[in-house]
Amino acid sequence: MLSIKNLQARIEEKEILKGINLEIKAGEVHAIMGPNGSGKSTLASVLAGRSDYEVTGGTVEFQGKDLLELAPEDRAREGVFLAFQYPIEIPGVSTTNFIKTAVNEVRKYRGEEPMDAVAFLKKMKEKMKLVEIDQSLLSRSLNEGFSGGEKKRNEIFQMAMLEPKFAILDETDSGLDIDALRIVAEGVNKLKSKDNATLVITHYQRLLEYIVPDYVHVLYKGRIVKSGGKELALELEEKGYDFIKEELGEEVEA
Amino acid sequence: MSEMLTTLEQTALSEYKYGWVTNIEADEAPPGLSEDIVRFISAKKNEPEWMLDWRLKAYRHWLKMSEPEWANVKYPKVDYNAIKYYSAPKQKKTLNSLDEVDPELRATFEKLGISLDEQKRLSNVAVDAVIDSVSIATTFKKQLAELGIIFCSMSEAIQEHPELIKKWLGSVVPMTDNYFSALNSAVFSDGSFCYIPKGVKSPMELSTYFRINAENTGQFERTLIVAEEGSYVSYLEGCTAPMRDENQLHAAVVEIVALDNAEVKYSTVQNWYPGDKDGKGGIYNFVTKRGICAGVNSKISWTQVETGSAVTWKYPSVILKGDNSQGEFYSVAVTNNHQQADTGTKMMHIGKNTRSRIVSKGISAGFSQNSYRGLVQVGKNAINARNFSQCDSLLLGDKCGAHTFPYIEVKNSTAQVEHEATTSKIGEDQIFYCNQRGLDTETAVALIINGFAKEVMNQLPMEFAVEAQKLLAISLEGSVG
Ligand SMILES: Nc1ncnc2c1ncn2[C@@H]1O[C@H](COP(=O)(O)OP(=O)(O)OP(=O)(O)O)[C@@H](O)[C@H]1O
Ligand SMILES: [Mg+2]
Repeated sequence: MLSIKNLQARIEEKEILKGINLEIKAGEVHAIMGPNGSGKSTLASVLAGRSDYEVTGGTVEFQGKDLLELAPEDRAREGVFLAFQYPIEIPGVSTTNFIKTAVNEVRKYRGEEPMDAVAFLKKMKEKMKLVEIDQSLLSRSLNEGFSGGEKKRNEIFQMAMLEPKFAILDETDSGLDIDALRIVAEGVNKLKSKDNATLVITHYQRLLEYIVPDYVHVLYKGRIVKSGGKELALELEEKGYDFIKEELGEEVEA
Repeated sequence: MSEMLTTLEQTALSEYKYGWVTNIEADEAPPGLSEDIVRFISAKKNEPEWMLDWRLKAYRHWLKMSEPEWANVKYPKVDYNAIKYYSAPKQKKTLNSLDEVDPELRATFEKLGISLDEQKRLSNVAVDAVIDSVSIATTFKKQLAELGIIFCSMSEAIQEHPELIKKWLGSVVPMTDNYFSALNSAVFSDGSFCYIPKGVKSPMELSTYFRINAENTGQFERTLIVAEEGSYVSYLEGCTAPMRDENQLHAAVVEIVALDNAEVKYSTVQNWYPGDKDGKGGIYNFVTKRGICAGVNSKISWTQVETGSAVTWKYPSVILKGDNSQGEFYSVAVTNNHQQADTGTKMMHIGKNTRSRIVSKGISAGFSQNSYRGLVQVGKNAINARNFSQCDSLLLGDKCGAHTFPYIEVKNSTAQVEHEATTSKIGEDQIFYCNQRGLDTETAVALIINGFAKEVMNQLPMEFAVEAQKLLAISLEGSVG
């Protein structure tokens, strides 16, 4: 489904991604872990098409298409979804209105009619239940004054509404309380199918107990330096990143 | 990204969709202003002596005045002798019914989306259509007349209801009030008159559509709304003009009188031609709008969506004379390219327990300058006066400007005056977030600005709100970056 080859990107003259290789197939869940500043969010942004980043090399193929050629909105319409690490606020625009616009833009791209009000409402209700989000939150201005956890939950709600082919969750677990973490993770699991794939960025193996990954990758200084099964997450949690550094022959501070 | 912007810019270039000219033969005055021209206009309209005298008085006063220069706008001096002060589309002298309206004129308004055909009317809106200097048709007159509501052109009102005109014309905006109101009083050619009798709530929205068509012509219309005790009316005003390279002058005066327990809601969607991308052409919109809450518990509410004009100078105001009266001003002003707007309001608290609310949303893009100028005045007898003002500015890009000039004069210590102001920018992050959900940049900007302007848009009657939303988006196309 997604094939990343030797992807390199920089921002303001600073090289951040230094040759990423990653193959993700339909039905799979991949997790990316890595220390702060290693480039995890950068990878997510580059895949989503943020223009601040300049891709300096490599290719990304998504469902047979050259992803890097597409405008960010077209990537979204093709089924790429990014749950932001820091969701932004739009005053005066309710989540309901926002997501309705989004759903219909995607439908338009696919040559479908806009969703009628009844069908839309039905879908909203269904997905609200899935992520246990309250109607009153959705009538408020998008993310304005939302708590950290509410913002994250809203991201997953939007994901549920848009039913993407490939979703990237950038630290969706940070800021969630224990119950919310479970609810959000269960939501993600329910949305999982053999036709879609998920890339989970996280610092904590706790999330991966709920969303069980097929593969875990360690991103370090702009490269994937280690990949393994879900047990790699446990190992990292136990040992920290020092053992990675050791393996790489880097000096470890005492 | 940059490539996308250029295509957006191209769309913006061709965007003013009302820029066409109708080929209508016109009956015109030669350019220039003199006592003779004032007499000419008055004679054309068959006006009674008292009206001519009124005009001449205004003209003589105007001669002694000079153009105001305090507003935060810059434009080349207007040559008042190069303007034509009267232009009327030629058509049959008197119309017995709307069916007799010249097909060309009818088509003009159809093209603007305003049907003069009562069968195809906008649901529940009566229309007075004004082209250049004259009103050409008013719909639903009969139905309104049955309720005692008078809704007609100003020219007709002068002939048919002289006692009302004598009583109220100039009672809110005296002819000597300012340079442009004096000019308007001397040469106004038409406009709408609306009278709501005691206790009547108008069952439909009343509206006037203004269209400037002829070249080098100024439009000076005059609107007067009188709401008698306990009455209610919601009034809409819309305007467009062809694209022309020269600037054209529009200097209107609107007066509203609300007596005891009366309420008037006045909504404007101003979409005069703003000039091209480089600032060439466009309408100078120098307008005086004022209402008086003359009676107790009366209420006047101004809502404006200002997207057009090259230069705007406009401060819809309310004199809160009656005890417990209320004044409101809701405004969205959008400026793009080289447009300049200096707009705001005056709330003059005179009576006891008077309240006013000001919500101003300025959106600037391109190289434009957008100023809010507001005055809240509390007189010495205005016990318990309350004002709340909220002025928000939104900037698109870094070559435009937003300015806020709030003036507060309080002479009574029981008054409470609150002012809040914010300035923000549409962020790249906001746009990217929207893009990531499948919205293209244009749609994203439209969504964000409509969110920003929501509080004001919510005040508009339904029929207008959707149009106004689209208009906001169109005015800002190509301005993201
Ligand atoms: N605009 C910018 N200018 C310069 N450096 C930047 C800019 N944006 C990001 N960076 C740098 O890029 C590097 C990677 O950032 P990124 O956000 O991808 O890290 P991350 O792996 O997601 O970290 P975290 O775990 O803290 O979320 C960091 O060193 C960051 O400071
Ligand atoms: Mg990050």
